Amino acid sequence: MPTAIINNQPLELKPGEQLNCIQAAQRIGYEIPSYCWHPALSVVASCRMCLVEVGDTKPDGTVVMQPKLVPGCQTPVKEGTVVIANSEKVKAAQKATLEYLLLNHPLDCPTCDQAGECFLQDYSYKYGRGYSRLQEPKNIKPDKDHIGANITLFTDRCIMCTRCVRFTREVSGTSELQVVSRGSAEQIDIFPGMPCDNKLAGNVVDLCPVGALCSKDFLYQQRVWWLKTTKSVCPNCSTGCSVDVDQNEDQLYRLTPRSNPISQGDFMCDEGRFGWKYIHSDERLTFPARRKNGEVRTRDWDDIIPSLQKALAKAVAKAPEKCAAVFSPWMTVEEAFMLAAYLRGLSPKVKLALGPVKTVGEDDTYPKDFYGKPIEPVKFTIRAEKAPNRRGVEMVLNHFGGSATTLGDLAADGAAGKLEAIYLVGGDPAGWLEPHQAAGLSKAALVILQDFLPSAISDRADFLLTGGSFAERDGSFVNYKGLAQEIGRAIRGPDGTRPDGRILWDLTGRKGLFNPAAIRKEMAEKIPAFAAFKQGALGEFGVLLNEHGAPEAHVVAKT
Amino acid sequence: MPSFEPVLLARIAKPNSAKLETYRADGGYKALEKALGMPPADVTNMVKDSVLRGRGGAGFPAGLKWTFLPKDHPGPIYLCVNADESEPGTFNNRILMELDPHQLIEGIAIACHAIKSEKAFLYLRYEYGRSYRVLDAAIKECYAAGLLGKNILGKEFNLDIVLHRGAAAYICGEETGLIESLEGKRAWPRIKPPFPAIEGLFRKPTIVNNVETLCCVTHILNRGSEWFKSIGVPPDPNNPRDMGSYGPKLYCISGHVNKPGCVELPLGVTARELIDEHAGGVWKGRKAKAVVPGGISMGFLSADELDTPLDFNGPGKAGCLGLGTAAVVVVDDQTSMVDVLYNCCRFMSHESCGQCTPCREGTAWMTKILERIRAGHGKMEDLDTLTEVAGSMGIIPGTTICGLSDGAAWPVKNAIKKFRGDFEEYIASGRRSVTSAQELMAGAH
Ligand SMILES: Cc1cc2nc3c(=O)[nH]c(=O)nc-3n(C[C@H](O)[C@H](O)[C@H](O)COP(=O)(O)O)c2cc1C
Ligand code: SF4
Ligand code: SF4
Ligand code: SF4
Ligand code: FES
Repeated sequence: MPTAIINNQPLELKPGEQLNCIQAAQRIGYEIPSYCWHPALSVVASCRMCLVEVGDTKPDGTVVMQPKLVPGCQTPVKEGTVVIANSEKVKAAQKATLEYLLLNHPLDCPTCDQAGECFLQDYSYKYGRGYSRLQEPKNIKPDKDHIGANITLFTDRCIMCTRCVRFTREVSGTSELQVVSRGSAEQIDIFPGMPCDNKLAGNVVDLCPVGALCSKDFLYQQRVWWLKTTKSVCPNCSTGCSVDVDQNEDQLYRLTPRSNPISQGDFMCDEGRFGWKYIHSDERLTFPARRKNGEVRTRDWDDIIPSLQKALAKAVAKAPEKCAAVFSPWMTVEEAFMLAAYLRGLSPKVKLALGPVKTVGEDDTYPKDFYGKPIEPVKFTIRAEKAPNRRGVEMVLNHFGGSATTLGDLAADGAAGKLEAIYLVGGDPAGWLEPHQAAGLSKAALVILQDFLPSAISDRADFLLTGGSFAERDGSFVNYKGLAQEIGRAIRGPDGTRPDGRILWDLTGRKGLFNPAAIRKEMAEKIPAFAAFKQGALGEFGVLLNEHGAPEAHVVAKT
Repeated sequence: MPSFEPVLLARIAKPNSAKLETYRADGGYKALEKALGMPPADVTNMVKDSVLRGRGGAGFPAGLKWTFLPKDHPGPIYLCVNADESEPGTFNNRILMELDPHQLIEGIAIACHAIKSEKAFLYLRYEYGRSYRVLDAAIKECYAAGLLGKNILGKEFNLDIVLHRGAAAYICGEETGLIESLEGKRAWPRIKPPFPAIEGLFRKPTIVNNVETLCCVTHILNRGSEWFKSIGVPPDPNNPRDMGSYGPKLYCISGHVNKPGCVELPLGVTARELIDEHAGGVWKGRKAKAVVPGGISMGFLSADELDTPLDFNGPGKAGCLGLGTAAVVVVDDQTSMVDVLYNCCRFMSHESCGQCTPCREGTAWMTKILERIRAGHGKMEDLDTLTEVAGSMGIIPGTTICGLSDGAAWPVKNAIKKFRGDFEEYIASGRRSVTSAQELMAGAH
């Protein structure tokens, strides 16, 4: 095995792997501070935060160190490379670089959104000096609120790492951001009248290592140390970006991308980033209901679940072929499995259908050129399929022999008086039911609705089961390429709602608390396509399911 | 000293020296004809044997640089002619371009034959309007006479020269800044490797050479490498890395002298000779206090160091950064080094491209400190801060991408080390050179 030496510790290199000093040091658990370098962007080696001493092992075993410091981000680590990242010389350089970066920095941490997750704060604390020797006035540059519809620039705080500029050139391709002026007068800016409003624009806020680029949506909403983070998946399209969901006291504040080399990489789109506001909508269905002839009889879960079990059993006993369920591509696989198994347990004749899967336009790939034409190689795709789990729910339905029927067909059956019971699962915040379909379905003798936002049938359902948004549920989604990832319950929904998994856990007669990992293990046993679920947990990056259910071999190039 | 017969400036005083007709009458384009009769590798070897070192500032051997191109490359390979001449005090390229453009074009053509390039880009300092017009006319003459274009001189050699006016910034002269600028981008120097010879302009192998370097090539072809090595200084036996300083050199002399100008002399002339024999001495009967040996980025020689030979080895021995552009600037003994240094720092902070933290912030900081000292608010510890800041920036300590910051640091290091008394006296006296707040502001960009 080729070996390099980092801070006197040997590091075995995998053949063919290309690491820079920062990545190699990460492997031995040592952080080389850096600003301009980002694994998804080109290397510019300009901030000079990552300076290290580097040398080579000669064939006779002696080590020859380069006399000068080199940027760790720009320097590859190969067989025999010796990296020293903790010497006095390195520390002196880090101190000098930080003093430079802070010279003209306003140090307005008390009012800066980044405080608490700021690399300038953290590195100054770890590697900097306690005071500045600058005695002259600091440079003052105008703030730029016009930089984007969702982005604002606190120009003084910028450390000129150019990550944001490179992102718009290399990933979105739209090139709105640029550096203007020269030397210490330089600033990030846009061309007049051409703001940074591309569909990936929000990523520049995450990329900005300091509080220069801020999200207008999040600005001054929370101090970040109050936020609690839950790992999850963006539900807005079938790309299934891994995300962190940040909340405090059951109020969601922001979604940020969580790096995942198997799903989307390092970024997310603005539709996903800002598209969760419906979670806190005043319109939410907040209490369950059992109705008789349109009159609410109870809003008590402890009554509703057993009543529903009885009502369903009765309907299926009467005319199983006239009983149907419509599954939603917004369900988790665990929810879909529990419901399908339960209904088919009542009778194999119950129809199971997949509800509408919304698509908008075509897959939208990035980078694009100035005129909006896509450029190869593709670095990010916002998918046309605007649902998180069509694939996972279909896999479940395929196992149970799902019916080749649609919501529309069932509505027609209902209108023709051919429906005894219908179990509808909603969950698509953009709406999923047409009024005429609702009219047809309403004719069924027993209408059950599991949803969290109002629809044309929510006032009519005999059983209304008030579920939750993706942020309130545990389970997993399978993305466009078969990657199953866990979503996590970040917040509690409004009183009277329950996570859908719990509703179904109780409905299907399981005991104790809803346990998605237990469901996954059960699925792994019963459904070959989900064999890869056998560990229960899906790990940080999720598990790829191929047609045979085995996890696909993949090299996780975590950077 | 025996008088030296000028080589590069031989024709400049002649009438119509810029015209093709007169150039040919003086034997012009014979060197190209000779070169085209030789295999490219032989031309490269001839230049390599002459140990012609780059005249643009770094002094890298030109022939050796040409051998760094990838072997058997399918092309295109480019030549970039560095005519961005912006180092303060430097104006020799301008004289060569305005008064003898064909000498340069011939050198370009020979170099392109040697490196198998069919396209040369002449990156001209924007402010050089006259150079532009003269070169433009000369290039047109060449196309009309079959000296540029296809099948030059009836041989299988094609060459186009693109005359490009620069983006009016000092940093456009740094070779990779130049390449970025030519590509239509901000002149932000590139990180190396890859070096331009491997991946340069438009990601193709590229050689960057200075105007004067290429003019020398013309004469090396005419008269041979031994002739070239008969001029100048052999390697310093005490410096194993010195390759010698051969050939003629254009020295620019400016500042406090009676007769500023540009003279051609063999490499190795001393600063004192230049001032006394070629520039009419220091003006107003004064003495020199400090002398810039090769553009302000090289630092300062003190009055005691005026016998330093201005070859590629000498200034370094006196603690300067190097020979640079061999542009000598004289500071008389009535001038405060505080003011001189302030001027240097202001220039460098204005010209820093701003990508590297130490250069962007350090150059501006040093300028601010000197501004404050000049406003009468200096402290003795400022001198240590200046020295420390200067010591932490540059390619030499490894903290920046290009050499601008070394050039920004050197005058500071030299001035404070060699002229500390000037600074201490200035600070202690509470003197002010800055008279108004406006002037202070004007300094800050
Ligand atoms: C800040 C900076 C400015 C420079 N400006 C010039 C210039 O104006 N002209 C020039 O020929 N070389 C300039 N150089 C040197 C070039 O980078 C390069 O070394 C030179 O053009 C190579 O040509 P030569 O080998 O023929 O000298 C500059 C270098 C630096 C670091
Ligand atoms: S705005 Fe932020 S990301 Fe952009 S250059 Fe400045 S510090 Fe870097
Ligand atoms: S690409 Fe899709 S999954 Fe990713 S953030 Fe956007 S909407 Fe969400
Ligand atoms: S050293 Fe200065 S001029 Fe050179 S690349 Fe860095 S910031 Fe730009
Ligand atoms: S991270 Fe290496 S120079 Fe910026």
